[in-house]
Amino acid sequence: MKELILLKSGEVVLKGLNRHNFEDVMIKNMKRRIEDLGAFRIWKKQSTLYVEPQSEDIDMDLLVSRLQTVFGIAALTRACIVEKNFEDICAKSREYLAETLEEARTFKVEAKRADKLFPMTSPEICRELGGQLLEEFPHLRVDVEHPDVTVTVEIRETAAYVHTNQLPGAGGMPVGTSGKAAMLLSGGIDSPVAGYMMAKRGLELIAIHFASPPYTSDRARQKVISLGEKLLPYTGKIRLFVVPFTEIQEQLRQRGPEDYFTLLMRRAMMRVAEAIAKREECGGLITGESLAQVASQTLPALACTDMVTELPVLRPLIGMDKEEIIRIARKIDTFDTSILPYEDCCTVFTPRHPKTKPRPAEVARIEEEMALEPELFQRAVDEAELVVLSRRHSGYREV
Amino acid sequence: MKIHTESGFYAKIKCHWSVPRGTEERTGRRSCQNRLWKGSNPVETYLDNSATTRVSDTVAALIHRMMTEEYGNPSSLHRKGFLAEQRMTAAREQIAAVLGVRREEIAFTSCGSEANNLAVLGAVRANRRTGSKVVTTAVEHDSLLAAAAQLEKEGFQVVRVAPRSDGSLDPQEVAAQVDENTVLVSVMHVNSETGAINDLRTIARLAKRNNPKVLVHGDCVQSFGRLPIAPESWKLDLVTMSGHKIHGPKGVAALYHRKGVRVQPLYYGSAQEYGFHPGTENVPGICGFGLAAEEIWAGQKKNMALYTELRQLLLEKCREIPGVCINSPLDGAPYITNLSVPGVRSEVMIHYLEQLGIYVSSGSACSKGARSHVLTAMALPLERVDSAVRVSLCRDNTPEDIEYFCVCLAKGAREIARVRS
Repeated sequence: MKELILLKSGEVVLKGLNRHNFEDVMIKNMKRRIEDLGAFRIWKKQSTLYVEPQSEDIDMDLLVSRLQTVFGIAALTRACIVEKNFEDICAKSREYLAETLEEARTFKVEAKRADKLFPMTSPEICRELGGQLLEEFPHLRVDVEHPDVTVTVEIRETAAYVHTNQLPGAGGMPVGTSGKAAMLLSGGIDSPVAGYMMAKRGLELIAIHFASPPYTSDRARQKVISLGEKLLPYTGKIRLFVVPFTEIQEQLRQRGPEDYFTLLMRRAMMRVAEAIAKREECGGLITGESLAQVASQTLPALACTDMVTELPVLRPLIGMDKEEIIRIARKIDTFDTSILPYEDCCTVFTPRHPKTKPRPAEVARIEEEMALEPELFQRAVDEAELVVLSRRHSGYREV
Repeated sequence: MKIHTESGFYAKIKCHWSVPRGTEERTGRRSCQNRLWKGSNPVETYLDNSATTRVSDTVAALIHRMMTEEYGNPSSLHRKGFLAEQRMTAAREQIAAVLGVRREEIAFTSCGSEANNLAVLGAVRANRRTGSKVVTTAVEHDSLLAAAAQLEKEGFQVVRVAPRSDGSLDPQEVAAQVDENTVLVSVMHVNSETGAINDLRTIARLAKRNNPKVLVHGDCVQSFGRLPIAPESWKLDLVTMSGHKIHGPKGVAALYHRKGVRVQPLYYGSAQEYGFHPGTENVPGICGFGLAAEEIWAGQKKNMALYTELRQLLLEKCREIPGVCINSPLDGAPYITNLSVPGVRSEVMIHYLEQLGIYVSSGSACSKGARSHVLTAMALPLERVDSAVRVSLCRDNTPEDIEYFCVCLAKGAREIARVRS
């Protein structure tokens, strides 16, 4: 019995004349995501995409779960390919749906007859097939309002398909169609969630992590790599830059007032991140800030950090509670990694009473007085280490 | 070489020095005739790969390096410790990749028996609120049966489903035992004595239809790396696998535990291996296991083709030997073949063959010669149970090995029978 997968694209269908651009990117992303599973034929017809395995031994469950992480796909359905005659439709349906129908209590049959040359009308197909299935599975009842299982028969030009309930896709826009942005990845709960949310809106991601050895350890760095890897199913390859941040932090600590430290550090991070982002041709920065969560995330503090960069700073979590963020972190499986107890760059030298209502002019004056050498930031940018995260080369195995 | 069965003791001593594989000359395979008559010492023909396997050279080299160079404790804060931890995570990932699961779901234990105990005792004790019944089968490994017996002492009800006459289980029959009160179903994937394959996917599906909360454990020690196993799509909650069955080291095994499944540890200490196996990790062993898993999985399809070819050859040749009967199901795993030469006790045949450099076993190596509970459960005639010989293959075996084995088996059957009569 041959199976294939029917995909419905989400928002992409609302696009105008450039719609095919979005679809092409999505197909490319899909191919990359499933290429190691075997050979597939992928094509599109009207608003549906088809993925047909070219060999028998492909694990369809795995294929479905892989496709469920590709952004741009609103829903997907696993279907059985049948010949375009009623006998074959019935025979294959009985066999193909056996597992599902044995577990269901109620069902209904729907038919979509795109090929009007097919001798039976849609209501006829429903009635006849429904009757046959009822005979085969006598424990079933028909329920057209709220059935456990909806059996759908689609008669198209080239072939007919039988399938049951559709599964949710990842939604959003195909990664890459909105351009590229740099996410600041600290190792906490929020930043990977922010990256995930922006990838969902079609951004390709690079990641920037600030490391401060010996205040932070190799394990903290590895934690960030692991977090980045958790995002790979959604985002595809991520270029991660690990910025040596010790020197900057020490200078800020020595020369600046304690209560402004966090803010000065955020500004320094933004400067370095902006330089790397521009070099990598990114159009924006992504942070996991949520309004009022901590002192550096109050409205005046955000204003002060935004001032140092020309790039738009995207903060998808700005209006979310911690609980909501954690729910997403669990969904994308980053939560358990995020809560590993290693010191990260944000927790080093934390002031006891950080400034919550900084004034931009005041911050600018302090920075001027500190008179940091201008090469300090450039050096951090230049010495940033590149780690390429991709599904084919897990970070652990390269050691 | 001449074989003196009558003066058995000296013959054994004389022929004790068979040449281990790997140290033999690499100048080409030795033919069957060559092995029988030329040279004073027979080349080793190792056909007991379900008992254990030869550690591959690359794995042994890695273990040596881990022992002498990268010997850090993964729990140490410093870099040496961190590197060891990373190595271990890599191994976890290598094993997770074979099953297509997350690396956090793999916990290392010190042997397959421990993993089985953890799966059965640990999962049942942790979930005793959901019920008091355990369903398993009569043909499981000793470690599982013993753990189940322990649960019985603790007041649980244990049901042991009998196999069909070919050694495999009827999924319907197993699932029929699962009710609202059942906590765990534990079934072996490939039977270690007969090679019978059990349809874990169907068993899990049917069992969960009867009780969605029931946990399903698959003992995959004999199938890991050799047959595809997909715990996620098969809906298995716990899976046991072991290192030394796949050219890895002894002393290391693993338990897959699906995220969210509660398992109570068997003993207590620090939080290593998610608390399941406290104590400093066996890092060299774990890394060796990881590499062995990756290696065997990379060659899985090729190996399967080889096993199938060798099995075909074995069956053909055995048909020519009078009296030999096959106890394994023909649709079972091709790398395990259980056969009987009625009238010749297993032990005698094993010692006869070992003189010729052939190593096979009577059944599960763990039972050390006791009468096989698996074959007995299959209701085979006692004569066949007592004369059972298990031939188990690995990727290093050749058609010559099988031909040689069959020639010697036939010879043995003839000669021992003559002595007896």
